[in-house]
Amino acid sequence: MGVREKVATATFEEISASDFFYRNRDIAGLTNPSRAIFVAIREIVENSLDAAESQKIPPDIYVRLSFESEATKETQVYKLRVEDNGSGIQPRFIPSAFGQVLYGSKYKLKQMRGTFGLGGKMAVLYGQITTHQPAYVTSSTGQAKIYSFKLMIDIQRNRPIILDRKVLINKDNWRGTIVEFTLEGDYLRAMPKILDYFKQTAMVNPYANLTFVDPKGRLYKFTRATTTMPEPPKETLPHPYGVDVELLQRLITITPYNNMQEFLKGHFHRVGEITAQKFLEFSALSPSKNPKKLSHEEIVRLMQNLKKYKDFLPPDASCLSPLGEELLKAGVMKELKPEYLVVHQRKPSTYAGHPFIVEMAMAYGGDVPKRGCFVIYRFANKIPLLYDEASDVSYRVISAMNWRRYKVAPDMPIAIVVHICSTKVPYKTVGKEFIADRPEVRREVANALREVARQLQHFLTKQEHVHMEKKRLGIFSKYLPKIAQFATTLAGQEKLPDIDKLLKSVQKYGAEES
Amino acid sequence: MEQKKAKIVERKNEVISGLKAFGTQIYNQLDEGIFPTINMPSRSTENINYDPTLRQFILGEKSVSRSARNIRHIKPFTQLAWAAMFSNELTSQRKTSTLRDVYYSAQAYEMTFTDQQESNNIITDLETLTGFAREDFNIFPEERSAIFGDLDIGYTVPGYEGKTLNLTSHPDGVLIGPALTSAEFIKTGADKVIAIEKGALFTRFIEENVHNKHKSLLISCGGQAPRQTRSFIRRLHDELGLPVFILTDGDPWGMHIAQVIISGSANAAHLRELNTPDAVWSGVWASDIIEYKLPTDPLDEVDIKRLYELQKDPRYQNDPLWQREIKLFLKIRRKAEQEAFSRYGLTYIVDEYLPTKLEAK
Repeated sequence: MGVREKVATATFEEISASDFFYRNRDIAGLTNPSRAIFVAIREIVENSLDAAESQKIPPDIYVRLSFESEATKETQVYKLRVEDNGSGIQPRFIPSAFGQVLYGSKYKLKQMRGTFGLGGKMAVLYGQITTHQPAYVTSSTGQAKIYSFKLMIDIQRNRPIILDRKVLINKDNWRGTIVEFTLEGDYLRAMPKILDYFKQTAMVNPYANLTFVDPKGRLYKFTRATTTMPEPPKETLPHPYGVDVELLQRLITITPYNNMQEFLKGHFHRVGEITAQKFLEFSALSPSKNPKKLSHEEIVRLMQNLKKYKDFLPPDASCLSPLGEELLKAGVMKELKPEYLVVHQRKPSTYAGHPFIVEMAMAYGGDVPKRGCFVIYRFANKIPLLYDEASDVSYRVISAMNWRRYKVAPDMPIAIVVHICSTKVPYKTVGKEFIADRPEVRREVANALREVARQLQHFLTKQEHVHMEKKRLGIFSKYLPKIAQFATTLAGQEKLPDIDKLLKSVQKYGAEES
Repeated sequence: MEQKKAKIVERKNEVISGLKAFGTQIYNQLDEGIFPTINMPSRSTENINYDPTLRQFILGEKSVSRSARNIRHIKPFTQLAWAAMFSNELTSQRKTSTLRDVYYSAQAYEMTFTDQQESNNIITDLETLTGFAREDFNIFPEERSAIFGDLDIGYTVPGYEGKTLNLTSHPDGVLIGPALTSAEFIKTGADKVIAIEKGALFTRFIEENVHNKHKSLLISCGGQAPRQTRSFIRRLHDELGLPVFILTDGDPWGMHIAQVIISGSANAAHLRELNTPDAVWSGVWASDIIEYKLPTDPLDEVDIKRLYELQKDPRYQNDPLWQREIKLFLKIRRKAEQEAFSRYGLTYIVDEYLPTKLEAK
């Protein structure tokens, strides 16, 4: 059994009700019928990608959206089916994983696409409330059996209702998960975003095969360019700087430790014997105090001191899984086929106790669309961000840059790819569409941008030289033979003079120049 | 006569060998693996000086170099090589061409010129480089002027060798083109040349029998006289010893038409024998306007500006006549055309004005 199960056993827990999200589904991005269908696809696909990646399996994901019936004037009922070759889910977790909101495997700190274990279930919940149909989940971890569930969500009690359960023999050792449910939406309006989503997902997941069949039966296929995968992220404890009262209280509820010294060591990232001791001195707390006995005021003070104390070690980045320069290059190359591509990965940095890494690519020419402004592709934890571009920190940094310094003009065919990965991406809103303008993040984005811009500038300068040189050589090889021909006729000579030496000499001269 | 013929053939051989020498120079440089380079006098304004002895503009000491190695020079260099080759063909095969024709012929050699001006410049380069006029290469401009009067010429152009013509044969006059400019002078009954700015007065003079009454060869310049006409006037003066009188409108432009025949133009500073320093501007002067009470128009701004320019021009310094007339024009601020004499009747200009003017010299 994989890592996943162990992780799951330790961290699955119920923390809220479906009801809340039923009433507030806007915050998950399900604001309107076109947005809903886009978000549903995105959430399920991202779960699938995570499930494959956590096992270092190159993902193979098949998505089919088929038309079921007309619903209202603008909306239709669609059936969404997503198949993956990921880790698969243990049968006992399947009903809760898809039938209970905020039940997830993503509740510890490591970089994952989703944040709350919310998206997939919200999509299923949205399907249920718009079509009153059950969801079908089939999964196998590659063992002897395949489990198939027909589920609905009891919204008020936030519990899965199992309508049917089948067990099949897994003759072919199949591994993966298939999710199928119906939902109401507006595909025609959502289509451009959905296609963008797949293209951009393919860009930052160059090791994935993505197939999408749309309601008209059109096939969109994105084939992997490599089978190399990034290192999966390691799970870490929260860093003291990133802690809030809510988290402290939750940790106190579940902690097995009965003194502060052990509590700090056991629940926080990079806090050891000495650091714990010194911190407790700093905040005038007895190391032997039982954390469960802390008063509300003491908890608040503890939280404030955790933020105030200067000597915590910075978080390490092992909990992050950046794409890496090679994979980013492969992905952008595959989707944009640029004439020139430069990628750059920044060293890990932190904001408010959360580690993050900025990765950037700059692509020039080739299939990069020429729009009269830069084409910006934004990603957070390998998720394409498709809305609210102008509010994003990257957009602001790019706009504020003095491009003339880099000999770059906005009308050049240039695409900028920004990938920010973090255990907690600083989204500005719950809709997860753009990244807040945090000074630490801004600085990293700006530094990465300068680096790639510098390299593009070198390329452009060199290209200009090569171009000039070509032109120069072209002129010589056009005119020298003519001069030879005219001179021969004029001088009354029979044989043309040998001009090869001259032509070679201009070539050599040119090579030195560039 | 034989001597003259020999001189024409000799000149032609000089032209051909000059062009060939240029070709051989390039050929040898190429063959030795050297980028061909040529030097020629600079035609920039600061290198154009007036030579009071020669009484024309000449080029100074400055020279320019054109190298096929230079990326900016190689195209004009190639064009120049082509122009030399083309000129050599024309001259050797005794064919004539025009500036326009040169521009189009280049296209057959994939040797394009951006425009007519560019190809004209290259021909001027070739003139500067070799010291021969384009007419020597049998390249002529489009514009033509005409001559009328008692002069027998003998053709030298292919197919007409030995044929002669008297230039009174046709009442419209005879075109001054390649066939005429290459012809030999046999004999003349005239004792002077009268060059006239406009075709209308030229026709009037023929009708009024001026060529007989005043024993003259009449030339219509057609405005600014083309180079071949200026060179032809020079030949009439040098070879036949005829004095030359020039009649133009009474304004700065007419005055300058006369001046160019006398002293040449800055554009042709690289060439010799296109001007006739002894030719005389006979009118219409500013003082004639007063004396003959001619109907006039006021000078406009451009006319006045031009007068001030001419006042400073070195060509207007050698004869007090010029400065006197310029000052007078500026004083009366009026101008008159040759046709202004018609107020005294159609023949007045021939019967009264012309004899007085011819006498004056």
